[in-house]
Amino acid sequence: MTELLSNPLIEGLERLPVHPTALVIFGGSGDLARRKLLPALYNLAADGALPERFHLIGVSRSAVPDEEFRVQAAAAVREFSRRDADDKVLDALLAEARYISGSFDDVTMYPRLREALDGFDALAGQKLNRAFYLSTSPEFFPVIVKALGEHGLTETEGAKVRVIIEKPFGTTLAEARELNRTVLGVLDESQIFRIDHYLGKETVQNMLAFRFANGMFEPWWNRNFIRNVQITASEDIGIGSRAGYYDNAGALRDLMQNHMMQLLTLLCMEPPVDFSADEIRNEKVKVLHAITPPEPERTVRAQYAAGTVAGTDVPGYLGENGVKDDSNTETFAAVQLRVQNWRWAGVPFYLRTGKRLARKVTEIAVTLRPVPHQAFNQEGSVGVQPNQLIFTVQPNEGVTLKLGAKIPGTRMRVRGVNMEFLYGTTFLSQSPEAYEKLIMDAMRGDATLFTRNDEVEAQWRIMDPVVQRWESEPGPLPQYAAGSGGPAEIESLLAVHDEWRAI
Amino acid sequence: MAAGGKTDAVWRAEDTTPAAIEAALRALLTEARTRSENYVPARSLNLVCIVNREYSGEIANRLRGVGRFAASRTVVCSVSPKRTTLDATASIAVPTETHAGMHAPMRETIVLEVGPRHLPHLETIVDPLVVTDIPTVVWSPHGHPEALAALLGLAQVVLVDSGDEPDPADAVARSSALMERAYVVDLAWLRSTPWRERIAATFDPEKLRGDLRLISNVVVRHHPDSSLAGLMLVGWMASRLDWRVSRLSTDGAGTQTGRAAARRQDVQLRLQVDRTMRVRGLAGIELETASGRWLRLDRGAGGLRARYRGPRQNDREWTIVGASRGEAGILGEGIRQALLRDNTYRPALLKAGEML
Repeated sequence: MTELLSNPLIEGLERLPVHPTALVIFGGSGDLARRKLLPALYNLAADGALPERFHLIGVSRSAVPDEEFRVQAAAAVREFSRRDADDKVLDALLAEARYISGSFDDVTMYPRLREALDGFDALAGQKLNRAFYLSTSPEFFPVIVKALGEHGLTETEGAKVRVIIEKPFGTTLAEARELNRTVLGVLDESQIFRIDHYLGKETVQNMLAFRFANGMFEPWWNRNFIRNVQITASEDIGIGSRAGYYDNAGALRDLMQNHMMQLLTLLCMEPPVDFSADEIRNEKVKVLHAITPPEPERTVRAQYAAGTVAGTDVPGYLGENGVKDDSNTETFAAVQLRVQNWRWAGVPFYLRTGKRLARKVTEIAVTLRPVPHQAFNQEGSVGVQPNQLIFTVQPNEGVTLKLGAKIPGTRMRVRGVNMEFLYGTTFLSQSPEAYEKLIMDAMRGDATLFTRNDEVEAQWRIMDPVVQRWESEPGPLPQYAAGSGGPAEIESLLAVHDEWRAI
Repeated sequence: MAAGGKTDAVWRAEDTTPAAIEAALRALLTEARTRSENYVPARSLNLVCIVNREYSGEIANRLRGVGRFAASRTVVCSVSPKRTTLDATASIAVPTETHAGMHAPMRETIVLEVGPRHLPHLETIVDPLVVTDIPTVVWSPHGHPEALAALLGLAQVVLVDSGDEPDPADAVARSSALMERAYVVDLAWLRSTPWRERIAATFDPEKLRGDLRLISNVVVRHHPDSSLAGLMLVGWMASRLDWRVSRLSTDGAGTQTGRAAARRQDVQLRLQVDRTMRVRGLAGIELETASGRWLRLDRGAGGLRARYRGPRQNDREWTIVGASRGEAGILGEGIRQALLRDNTYRPALLKAGEML
């Protein structure tokens, strides 16, 4: 040991220390808090991963006393936690939790919040870091950030203040820019953590390990060997009770503009100099800069019609409760993009997402060029198919390599087989929920898995023209049967010899 | 003895051979795949347990308790004093809940009934039965050093519990010797993890890191059978903070005292037995610095109870939230740690040895 500039005791520890923190959840009694954030906090607590001094404050409009908030939070944990709740841990976690009621634009609410935070500092005898989690309707993001600034809550001497902002970060390029202007007028970029919960998934993070910890892929990770890439995020469910949100958003805003573009950047980025947050995000932004918005003929939108899912008849989108009869909101979106740089020039990237499709799957399929000479087309081979490398994000997390192999028998017949790496069978650890990882990273100040301001705007620069065009074009939209693989129109996106993977 | 899930298929044979067992298990796996294409063999690690047959039920219970940390293939060598033949049971367990379209990992268990004559060359029986290219962990909770020695050639990791050794010095010597041949995961070391994490966190703020050099007093309270766990905690601090340690003296109550030489001053060391503790491990620690800080951590409901006094005599008390892992949790953690590497155990163990 030379100097004590670093902490010599953290060597070998899996859970690194996090500075004592007070976490404020705006929207603390909302759906996201109940289903994801509070259970995530409980699981972190049970693992002993929270900072040694941790305090929770919920902020919402409904007027309930602290004790009632604790009861509601405990009930949410019991209902939605990925493991059974230990009452002692839950009690200890929530024992001092506070609840501040008030409208987010109510200026009298923020002094009460400040008082509660100062109270926790006094209790701890030290300045706690402050993390404000904006789990509210997006129109409140600028309202809350401005109010935090006006009430002196965006900086505190001797501790860090961080603001975690849920999606969507704007619904157009103009909105995203305006929101960035607002938050960056109050906060430094290093204080802002824009959530894209896909980045918290183990399989998504594994893409970096897969690409940059294995030498075998780099030689063919380019246009010379890769024929196309398909990124699919399909859901078998409909919109459920989310008509109010979804009918204003649509498939492109809901999943493609953010999550799927993030997957694309991880797949396409150049190796970063190191794995620090900014180096990784610099490389991702370069990918986004190399993509031009897709022309109209390289986009497809559609709505699900009535159909049958899992043997049950389900209504079409326009028949769902809360959806306008003449809604032009797409429940399916597909685009073909091109990444115009040295590595990827000429490789089509097909992105598709939709609801009420045949099954739930999120995957990235990299299809290689076929072998130059088809030597095994005789003798009843099923056919030599191009190799494919498939990253499955959900539900069967893993990586599959599709290969050609000889069918046992006396003749030389070949068909495709799978070599599979499955998360569920290979590791002993249970993957933490994405929110557990992201909350800890935000409290620790590690922004690697969060979207930077220029990333958000670059994503919108690509997708905003599509949004604007679709909003200006009249309906009705093409239909696809619920439970199917999507609309027939997506065939028009494919380059010659390409084909969609079955959903 | 299948760990986790429900048993899907079983095969048994008397006076059999490793080749026959391996073939039978392969057939069970193939048959299971024909029943459901969702069934896939788990491939995380092999766990080879050597147990006395009369206590195998207790070990089976502990293995069942590890839940999701169950090894993908468990080979139990159940030793009976008079046995001369090799009998075997092979079984496959699948998750109790499976979902359409979701992979269901199958875990395999082989129970070998062996006798003393098998133990010196146990590797010739076990080697054909472990899955190649994944780590193999050996755990021999009932001794059987000759069997353990036989398996060290095929195992990368040895699971031990230094707390099981009546004499801490023997435990240190045993682990030190094993470390020459394999990576050692010590359950006694893992029991101290939350304590190490909290000590590290206490001194993590930059303004407090300098106080690591000013630690002047360390008190560790431990279960009567866990003095080595206490010594390893002190050994860990000594190895990370460059303290020179020497043999501690022990009084009639089992309290060990002594001092370590840090760069700036001596550190008073005291390890006390807490006879009220029901479970093995540490009961509490106290740290004091020459700058006037004092920290005490004790086991409590829902986590560790922390008490802190700063240089201005300002007392504070709070709970550091965390769930107790229990003995099953510790074993599960031990299995999981077999896939990781912790380079701080060896120096801590060696320092602990210097205090004995």
